[in-house]
Amino acid sequence: MTIPKRTKKTLEKISNQYKFGFKTDTNPIYKSPQGLNNKIVEEISRQKAEPEWMLNLRKKALEIFFKKPLPSWGGDLTKINFDLLHYYIKPQDKIETQWKNVPKEIKKTFDKLGVPQAERKFLAGTGAQFESEMIYHSLQKELTKKGVIFESTDIALKKYPKLFKEYFGKVVPVTDNKFAALNYAVWSGGSFIYVPKNTHVNLPLQAYFRINAERMGQFERTLIIADEGSSVHYIEGCTAPIYSTDSLHSAVVEIIVKKGARVQYTTIQNWSNNVYNLVTKRAFVYENAEMLWLDCNIGSRLTMKYPAIFLLGENAKGEIQSLAFAKENQHQDTGAKIFHSSPNTSSKIVAKSISKSSGRNSYRGLLKISKGAKNTVSHVSCNALLIDENSRSDTYPTMKVEEESATVAHEATVSKISEEQMFYLMSRGLSEEEAVSTIVNGFATPIIKQLPMEYALELNRLIELEMTTHVA
Amino acid sequence: MDTLEIINLHAETNKIGILKGINLKIRSGEIHAIMGKNGSGKSTLCNVIMGHPKYKINQGQIKLNGKKIEKLPTNKRANLGLFLAFQNPTEIQGVTMNNFLRLAKNTNAKAQNKSSKHISPGEFLQTISRGMDLLKMDKKLAGRSVNEGFSGGEKKRAEIMQMAILEPKIALLDEIDSGLDIDALKTVAKAIKHLHKQTKCGILLITHYQRILNYITPDFVHIISNGKIIKSGDKTLARKLEKHGYEKFVKETS
Repeated sequence: MTIPKRTKKTLEKISNQYKFGFKTDTNPIYKSPQGLNNKIVEEISRQKAEPEWMLNLRKKALEIFFKKPLPSWGGDLTKINFDLLHYYIKPQDKIETQWKNVPKEIKKTFDKLGVPQAERKFLAGTGAQFESEMIYHSLQKELTKKGVIFESTDIALKKYPKLFKEYFGKVVPVTDNKFAALNYAVWSGGSFIYVPKNTHVNLPLQAYFRINAERMGQFERTLIIADEGSSVHYIEGCTAPIYSTDSLHSAVVEIIVKKGARVQYTTIQNWSNNVYNLVTKRAFVYENAEMLWLDCNIGSRLTMKYPAIFLLGENAKGEIQSLAFAKENQHQDTGAKIFHSSPNTSSKIVAKSISKSSGRNSYRGLLKISKGAKNTVSHVSCNALLIDENSRSDTYPTMKVEEESATVAHEATVSKISEEQMFYLMSRGLSEEEAVSTIVNGFATPIIKQLPMEYALELNRLIELEMTTHVA
Repeated sequence: MDTLEIINLHAETNKIGILKGINLKIRSGEIHAIMGKNGSGKSTLCNVIMGHPKYKINQGQIKLNGKKIEKLPTNKRANLGLFLAFQNPTEIQGVTMNNFLRLAKNTNAKAQNKSSKHISPGEFLQTISRGMDLLKMDKKLAGRSVNEGFSGGEKKRAEIMQMAILEPKIALLDEIDSGLDIDALKTVAKAIKHLHKQTKCGILLITHYQRILNYITPDFVHIISNGKIIKSGDKTLARKLEKHGYEKFVKETS
């Protein structure tokens, strides 16, 4: 079926605006020269006044980064010119805990992005990163009193050196992959969270990441430790200005979910179309604990990201739910990895993608059930929606099941917006725009409805679907 | 008083002519039954009146209250008060019946009167609840995705439930009786009669069989064959048709 011209125009109209493409004039305190070498790594470490072990780790990582070849699978990485990027930009010299102390032009940026507003409404804590550094961080006093730590990762290294060293780099090793090594070499900013035993952080903690400069590389590092019986929900959002040159975002996120704890990690990724987003995210989940990655990728030129869960204790549960939206000049190469290595563990993967025009989505999944992980259950479901004939979707699922008692279900569907669906909705009085929005939104609803209300509405807005029906 | 007028309507799909000169006038309060064999053009007529993009009108006009509507997009026709109950209603994943119909109700109201107030979700819950009672439907269906996983009978009931909510001026009912067991048929027919009496809408009822006409008495019966209405009459025509079969009438007129 071909989509009528009128519908095409409507689609262009509702999905071609990026509202976060503005830039802000600032005078950073320090901006590393273009390119990457040992000197730059040393300078970053020096500016941060880091302990020697961190400097040595950074240097070792840089060697690994240079040595490892670019991955040949996945998206096209050959156009990234690593010599032209700025790997470290320091916008101000301290982290503020009150918005009124944040430099005016930076505060204005976050006001436009709605960060302080969200904080007032429904967050337990907020971090805001501008270029390479967190410029603002706050946590509700009651949580501080309970021993919850929510800090910039740089601050955590200074304030909690023992705790930091105990967990840092334990989930994603420096040798894991080229871009994880790059992150190790030049990491800066990101969130460090520790939730003490049996402590529940009832409202979400949020970090917002903003790239502002041209040819910027942002390499935040996030580490979350949920101690036994605790729970926390962390949300990250990100945007950038539109430039004709490329930027790079390469984060590493490590999560440790101890016995009986629960962590939800929600991402609303909306980088501008000139950002390469190459991220490594991994969680270790122990006995009776639960991990949920809720991963929404709307922006970026190319995203390569496959949140992973290692189910390491009995009865551990893992869930990865994702929504990817690819339009012109975008490739979302996303997926999920789950490793069952203990008995009675269960997992669920729901991956949904929407492709429009020349937009391309790829799902890459890995499910591994090790010998001895008895009575594990896993359900994988991949659904792709193609909005027109130029869009593309591929699925690359891999399953390695070594345990006979495992129950594994896998389903994959590809669907299109059909003429019949459009006719049906329009025959009830819905305009073409409303009909397209209704179909796309209906497709995305199973993921979107799991977001907090404010974000569900935000995401609807992000994919430019001006829905009159709200997500319940 | 509303009038839907179809004048010398010719339409084709994939270069094959299907409608070859249909003339028909439906006024408020009238029930017209159109009967015909498979492939005679019955369903196409409904789809063309509603503006399905698959069909091309070669000749003729469709007028609602004197206004030509054959070039209007489907939603504008719906906004003006046309409604089509589908023979095979489409499934829409992830969109609840409730949200979809509230959006439709509000959109139509807005189109008809710019200053009309939006129905709130709470208010609408009562509206949809009344509609579902009328069709003896399980209320849970309102919270389910549009037509998804509905049985054949549930889909048909849901079509008339939508009619009850949208309150059209002219309703086109495309084989609303197909796939219904006798109890469901009675319920659906009763609901149609109730809506007809209450809203005084005009109805175009497309059917294969005389069966539903035992419950809904048409004012006019038309026999369609090869894209043309070959005979029109009152309700007795349907009985004759049932008795003698289509062939007799086709032969008589050719």
